[in-house]
Amino acid sequence: MAWTRKVLRVDLTNGTCKPEPLNMEWAQQYLGQRGLATKYFVAEVDPKVDPLSPANKLIMTTGPLTGTPASTGGRYSVVTKGALTGAIACSNSGGYFGAELKFAGWDMIIFEGKSPKPVYLSIENDKAELKDASHLWGKTTWQTEEGIKKAHQDPQVRICSIGRAGENGVMYACIVNDLHRAAGRSGVGTVMGSKNLKAVAVRGTLGVSGLKDAKAFIAAAAAGKKVLAENAVTGQGLPTYGTQVLMNVINEMGALPTRNHRDVQFEEARKISAEAMAEKRPTDGKSHLVTNAACFGCTIACGRISKIDETHFSVVNKPEYWGASGGLEYEAAWALGAANGVGDLEALQYANLICNEDGFDPISFGATVGAAMELYELGILKKEDIGMDAPFGSAKALCELAQMTAKGEGFGKILGLGSARMCEKYGKPELSMSVKKQEFPAYDSRGIQGMGLTYATSNRGACHLRSYTVASEVLGIPVKTDPLVTEGKAELVKAFQDATAVFDSAGLCIFTSFAWSLADIQPQIDAACEGGWTMEKLGEVGERIYNMERLFNNAAGFTAKDDDLPPRLKTEPAKTGPAKGLVNGIDKMRPEYYQVRGWDANGVPTKDTLGRLKL
Amino acid sequence: MQKSLHIDANKCTGCLQCEMACSYENYGVFNPAKSRIKIFNFEHEGRKVPYTCTQCAEAWCLNACPVDAIRVDVATGAKVVNESTCVGCKVCTIACPFGTVNYVADTGKVQKCDLCGGDPACATACPTGAITYVDADWTGLDKMRAWAGKTDNATRASA
Ligand code: SF4
Ligand code: SF4
Ligand code: SF4
Repeated sequence: MAWTRKVLRVDLTNGTCKPEPLNMEWAQQYLGQRGLATKYFVAEVDPKVDPLSPANKLIMTTGPLTGTPASTGGRYSVVTKGALTGAIACSNSGGYFGAELKFAGWDMIIFEGKSPKPVYLSIENDKAELKDASHLWGKTTWQTEEGIKKAHQDPQVRICSIGRAGENGVMYACIVNDLHRAAGRSGVGTVMGSKNLKAVAVRGTLGVSGLKDAKAFIAAAAAGKKVLAENAVTGQGLPTYGTQVLMNVINEMGALPTRNHRDVQFEEARKISAEAMAEKRPTDGKSHLVTNAACFGCTIACGRISKIDETHFSVVNKPEYWGASGGLEYEAAWALGAANGVGDLEALQYANLICNEDGFDPISFGATVGAAMELYELGILKKEDIGMDAPFGSAKALCELAQMTAKGEGFGKILGLGSARMCEKYGKPELSMSVKKQEFPAYDSRGIQGMGLTYATSNRGACHLRSYTVASEVLGIPVKTDPLVTEGKAELVKAFQDATAVFDSAGLCIFTSFAWSLADIQPQIDAACEGGWTMEKLGEVGERIYNMERLFNNAAGFTAKDDDLPPRLKTEPAKTGPAKGLVNGIDKMRPEYYQVRGWDANGVPTKDTLGRLKL
Repeated sequence: MQKSLHIDANKCTGCLQCEMACSYENYGVFNPAKSRIKIFNFEHEGRKVPYTCTQCAEAWCLNACPVDAIRVDVATGAKVVNESTCVGCKVCTIACPFGTVNYVADTGKVQKCDLCGGDPACATACPTGAITYVDADWTGLDKMRAWAGKTDNATRASA
């Protein structure tokens, strides 16, 4: 069955684990993963809840295609109210953990309450129990995985965990699985830490069987794989260069946010690009990049596995970092690099390893360092405050600040707040490059206008993975639109947002959408899942999910005012590149978007819209 | 023509499509735990290695089996376990130097790769060409060819 039809409810306060049947009526309305878990979440949790209180819940969830041979069918998501944002959070991760959870027979795990002491959840098929994790508290995600595998005497067990960042209340802590895959954004790891939940360890040997029409499904999945293999981005670009294929492209477009968005082009972009990762280093004659890697079931294999330069200052005498490990992906390379003006590839990889090891989001961390460097250059933060000189471009500061944030030491504590809270603290809230307190990813919205609307209206705060209009505005997928104009972006963003919600709810990776449209996944979903999944039904499900998330945020206190960009992007024109002279036209796009969505001028879905979507 | 599975670990990305295909082909379930081919991930070296039975010509497992449950499929050359004869004594798992015959607690029998009767599901499923099904007499020849390509005969070519 595409759904295992089983939910595990874990009451951390009382230490109990109970199975319950999946609500199949909701499954027909919300498909799975992001949509279905969010439905459970909004039905059970008060929107005003303090994200770090025991009353917040945290859901780990798979999709109906998770654990099937659909390409990239290995994803899982974490749904909660985000610590960083206070908005609905849904962070998605690949690796092998999601499929293992499905193979153990679970569609989702709902965590509620707070454990009196550190625990981890151990699942072996239908056997689930909370185990003491006192000995793991204070350990990194890497040590935690190793420790649990040893204790279980099972190298096959798949684990997701928080590192010290999640324990120490870093507001953008993530949940890391399989060493270097993460449910990265919005502080889902911070919520996990607040519940004293260190890790989830799963061994699943039941597998997935009994799809609605297995033969049709295998044929549809094979047709989908063929499309991915023949597409230039998913068949060549991503496997060869990874997401890093974008670094030089976006820089040339004048849309690579640099030095806290002061600039839109980074003069050292080449040094931190995919091309640089593949070149032989003068120090040891080896290239940074070792190989590519796939998540479970993925026939794209965008992942990067690299080896850091053993002679680099950051890892001298630290052999624990010399082995092959994950990175750099484009977002991390940008946030740790261009956002701070740092052009030292090895330093970026070191900071990235620390983010993986101790579980915090490199996008929010890197962007927060960028804001701190600007505060330092403005003289608002002094050397004494930070504990070191921290001008833009300092690789040394970046590496040290990563360590301090991981351990919750000194100025690392302040960086752990995220840029919005940090800039507020120093009287410069406008210097935080964020929406709903979540930092921007790697696309400057002056050079790619649609991304401004994407960020402003993303339900989980600034994010590229809610509607990746870069595909259309830069790469021409599915149709080329002009990145420098606002016209037509309202419709474009809505279409991307709704379609993305379907991909995220199916159990698939959004990177497939470089090649796949809904028409490519519809036959796969329809063959796997009971219920007659037409294009029309899927389109409606996507829109329903987006509006449901919106309603939660509105009830949590967000208004149209929060659908906005920092003043810098609206008043300081891009200085160079094709977008030179432009600011983002969010104030023009926002009302158009509300109209296209069927929302009123305050960004509230109208009665008609709610009725139409059966909400 | 005899064919054999040919594995090029350098191409493997660790997607586990092969494991799902194998378990589905043999048990009708997508379940890596039941796969006869396994991908081993040497994380710190950045290497992923697919591994399964190589169908030895003089098969240790076959020779060790006390009840003659492992026979040669004459069409494919595969050494095939006859489940109804297998008594689950596990002697073959000890005899096989590579560990590619495995005991399955669920059934009380052993399992090993049987080349899917000549149409290996894993090779069909592999998106990268890390697993192929090739003329047995050609095993190793692509490596030979690669090395041949590195042989320096530039002097003669330019002479
Ligand atoms: S495209 Fe990349 S991130 Fe997506 S599933 Fe494949 S390897 Fe993982
Ligand atoms: S040939 Fe068939 S039985 Fe052998 S490993 Fe491949 S899929 Fe499994
Ligand atoms: S299908 Fe091919 S690439 Fe994927 S894990 Fe198996 S051998 Fe490796």
